[in-house]
Amino acid sequence: MDATILLFLVQDGLTNGAIYALLGFALVLLFTVTRTIFIPQGDFVAYGALTYALLRAGHLPGTVKLLAVFGATALAVELWSRRRDLTPGFIATQCATKLGVPLAIWAVVAVLGAAPRPVLLDLALTIAIVGPMGPYLYRIVFQPLGGATVLTLFIAAVAVHIALIALGLAFFGPEGQRAPALIATSLKLGPVVVSGQSLAVYATTILLTAALSAFFALTLRGKALHASAVNALGARLVGIDTHVSAKIAFALAATIGAVSGVLIVPMTTIYYDSGFVIGLKGFVAAIFGGLGSFIITGIAAFSVGIVEALASFFASSFKEIIVFSLIIPVLLVRSARSHHGDDEDH
Amino acid sequence: MTASPIPAASASAAPASAPAALLAVNAMSVNHGPVPAVVDVSIDVAPGEIVTVIGANGAGKSSLLNAIMGITPGSGEVTFAGTPIRRHPVEARARLGLALVPEKRELFSTMSVIDNLTLGGWTATPAERKRTLEEVLDRFPRLRERRTQMAKTMSGGERQMLAMGRALMSRPKLLMLDEPSLGLAPRIVGEIFRIIADLRASGVSILLVEQNAKAALNAADRAYVMELGAVILQGPAADLAADPRVAGIYLGV
Ligand SMILES: Nc1ncnc2c1ncn2[C@@H]1O[C@H](COP(=O)(O)OP(=O)(O)OP(=O)(O)O)[C@@H](O)[C@H]1O
Ligand SMILES: [Mg+2]
Repeated sequence: MDATILLFLVQDGLTNGAIYALLGFALVLLFTVTRTIFIPQGDFVAYGALTYALLRAGHLPGTVKLLAVFGATALAVELWSRRRDLTPGFIATQCATKLGVPLAIWAVVAVLGAAPRPVLLDLALTIAIVGPMGPYLYRIVFQPLGGATVLTLFIAAVAVHIALIALGLAFFGPEGQRAPALIATSLKLGPVVVSGQSLAVYATTILLTAALSAFFALTLRGKALHASAVNALGARLVGIDTHVSAKIAFALAATIGAVSGVLIVPMTTIYYDSGFVIGLKGFVAAIFGGLGSFIITGIAAFSVGIVEALASFFASSFKEIIVFSLIIPVLLVRSARSHHGDDEDH
Repeated sequence: MTASPIPAASASAAPASAPAALLAVNAMSVNHGPVPAVVDVSIDVAPGEIVTVIGANGAGKSSLLNAIMGITPGSGEVTFAGTPIRRHPVEARARLGLALVPEKRELFSTMSVIDNLTLGGWTATPAERKRTLEEVLDRFPRLRERRTQMAKTMSGGERQMLAMGRALMSRPKLLMLDEPSLGLAPRIVGEIFRIIADLRASGVSILLVEQNAKAALNAADRAYVMELGAVILQGPAADLAADPRVAGIYLGV
């Protein structure tokens, strides 16, 4: 192997690693705020990828209808849970946020039709379609489980994953999709050629990471989300609605998933069920970070990407095994440590 | 301070609760599984009043406060500032101006003093939050000194001050304190009670739960004594402080 191949592999690894980092961040965010080990994170990736690819090709993606189904279901759950004190104002806001939003998005996509559009507009539409699925799913599945154990929430998350795969098949069909590169040109840095697609991935990852950091460090809403994660009862005592915190976390996670899908679909063909394995690699990174540290998760994600790239060159048939084996020592160390008292506090 | 005989009212003999009560709890019962922690308790707090609930370990004082705040479910009516709040979740009660400093404080342990306080003002407007923050930091100079310190690294007394400061950030109509002197050195306890007296002077109504009956009765206008989940005595704090039953049981005299 010469240096060129190595550089190529590292670049490939960093590109994938950036996407795993985004997914890892979403998993850490959801776990800290809602204690949910969110297995379906990868499904948001597949949904985002397929939605974007179909929009790009001028089709109406099935997720537009699926979003309306999720919204209507969430609306029904919400109204039923509040059936004893319904007010017209409450019903109106609920209808607007859970039915009005998906229908408006549907209308926009239908009106835009097959006319060619800028990449950024399709990216925005993809986020608008997949992003709200997060809070709707929270309302339908996880909010009613409030106070459940991590294991119960995990089992519910697995159920959601299975449902999303089935719905993905129903609404997208079995065909895979691939989209053109986000940036067609490439950049030559000495001996290295960095593809425009890779640049788009790096730029998006840096931008999203910076935006998330600023959100948590600088805004009161971000601090409220952090507070909900640190001490949910404390948050409620100061008047923070922890369900709103959870919905924001789910919206952010679904948005991150959708963006990751947009980043990935020009690089590989994505099918309705391709998300799981991609999400699992973000999960490996998040496990390294103990489902709590964004920084360690980020570093681990890039390591996973590079190990995966090298493994695919040297031992391609063992690629996945090598990547997933990475978590075994982490789990061993963590479980050995957890016997000496947890440093978590509540 | 009149030495009138104590009206040893039972909980069911509903006291003449003023219609203008800020907080009125009517026939509250709380069960933890099969354990009855609060049994048919009715209490009220008038605006500007300090009311204390005293009782031994396990009498049900914390259970009562937690049920008033909506943390644990309880049967019975709770009216706050004229609004029945039985169906309100905790955060909605907080938004109405009800604040609780719980027994375990529930601080945001990995966040700074300033962030804890700022979040205490979650329901306020930004301008109000800024103004109240200065007031709270004036009231607790210790917190101003330690504004960037993480909550979990603070001493017990500082944590208690932070918890009270965080609760005050919302400018509550009623501040409920669950054993503010718990586990604190006598000097700090004195400081906490001085702050409670200060707060009363600035017009905050307080519902104070204490095992330190002497200090609590000293600070309060009226008091309820709980035993095995029920209110067994109630009346003006000064009268209860002089009552031999209270003295015998709770003051360790
Ligand atoms: N979560 C719970 N599950 C089961 N039993 C509980 C629970 N919380 C309180 N209890 C029981 O309810 C009774 C009242 O407890 P509570 O904490 O309200 O008493 P307290 O007056 O606040 O006592 P202390 O002065 O020790 O704080 C006790 O017997 C206690 O064991
Ligand atoms: Mg108690």
